[in-house]
Amino acid sequence: MTTPQLSMLKPGEILPALEIPITATQIVSGALASQDFEDVHHDKAAANGKGTPDIFMNILTTNGLVGRYLTDWAGPQSSIQRIKLSLGVPNFPGDCMVLSGAVVSIEDAVVEVSFKGKNGLGNHVSGSAWLQLPTSPEQEND
Amino acid sequence: MSNRASAPPNERYTLPMPAPDLQTLRDRYLNQRVGPYIAWNVVSRTQIWQWCAAMGDENPAYLGAETATAPPTMLQSWTFRDVHGKYAPGSTDANTYEVLGKFDELGFFGSVAVSYDQTYHQPLLEGDRIHSYSTIVDISDWKDTGLGKGSFVTEHAEYFNQRDELCGEARITYLKYQPAKQASSEPPTAVKKILRIRPVENHDSAHYWQGLREGKLLLQQCSECQTLRHPPQPMCESCQSINWTTLEASGAGTVHSYTAIHYPEIPPFDYPNIIVLVDLHEGVRLASQLIGCKPDDINIGDRVQANIQEVEEGLSLPLFEVIGK
Repeated sequence: MTTPQLSMLKPGEILPALEIPITATQIVSGALASQDFEDVHHDKAAANGKGTPDIFMNILTTNGLVGRYLTDWAGPQSSIQRIKLSLGVPNFPGDCMVLSGAVVSIEDAVVEVSFKGKNGLGNHVSGSAWLQLPTSPEQEND
Repeated sequence: MSNRASAPPNERYTLPMPAPDLQTLRDRYLNQRVGPYIAWNVVSRTQIWQWCAAMGDENPAYLGAETATAPPTMLQSWTFRDVHGKYAPGSTDANTYEVLGKFDELGFFGSVAVSYDQTYHQPLLEGDRIHSYSTIVDISDWKDTGLGKGSFVTEHAEYFNQRDELCGEARITYLKYQPAKQASSEPPTAVKKILRIRPVENHDSAHYWQGLREGKLLLQQCSECQTLRHPPQPMCESCQSINWTTLEASGAGTVHSYTAIHYPEIPPFDYPNIIVLVDLHEGVRLASQLIGCKPDDINIGDRVQANIQEVEEGLSLPLFEVIGK
């Protein structure tokens, strides 16, 4: 994993995209891992009864995937300080969500990233995150 | 005079159920800090592993050390109810979500989390026992949403460890709504992916779209006076002949102009969506999309090259890339 060097980062830098295939297994495993037993995240008949065509991803799984996306890029030395997100269209089985992002600003060692996750229906999620990146002494002495 | 009174009975015109009085709900539920909610279990390697596996998260910061560290995004899950809806022993009997139940009773039973704002103050480590407090901080006015009429209810949750140190906070907004009546009585059973609007392929334009499917950018050329034309049309503008043939363009050209669309984001397009007018070397102008660059990096006159891509099954387009200044 090549991690970004704080001193080399510039606003506008694009994060590599990450494709997440949306399957019923992905939705259910995320709901279970986040202790979310709302029926619309595992029971298709119940989801139909509430007017949606299928089960859909819960917000915690979206949050977890966004967190993974951010640290896949920023590396194991980084730490997420804050995530602010809004949900749009649902993640239904059979779709694919593509996460993308860009650096907005860098203040001290905190990098603000804007991100979005787009699927076949539109934007599932969009938001901003703030990550603390390690300061690298070698880089700063250059 | 009321149209409704004289209209025949029709399900479409059923009066909605009475809306709960929001002020009563606000008076009763706003700004009451409720808690503690105790975690069923201490932060454990097993739960962290289950989470990381589900998310496909291989960050060694979580499970790579002797003491596991929870991904911060797990924050809210630690003090959730179990599968039976029960809170762990020691938790308050008060229910933060009682207010959501009040909406349910009145027919506003639809419930979706719409936004999430979490601040992580310190990492949660294996062995930590989390407890939380929750406060309903906002109940919005009635809104007409795509899902139906509803109200946005915002919760502020605070998470503490066993030393009563604040580890994280979350503001979570839910929409409680009365599901809008479906156009048909059947529940929707299929998810329809949003596709691009397909071009009309007719006698004068089918060659263009078929050519792209075969990886060729074909321009119309008058059989009489050899004048090239684009977009496809039935008659030559120079000599009015309706006889034409095609010429395969090289796909090389220059940027005549462009515009970058940032908002609103309409599926299925990617944003910013850069629309470009390209002056092809052959001498005609073509509208398309510019890919692989940022709006700020484009200049009028940049050299571009078509890259014919199948953007959807059966639809290929000449997308352009900047290849030089």
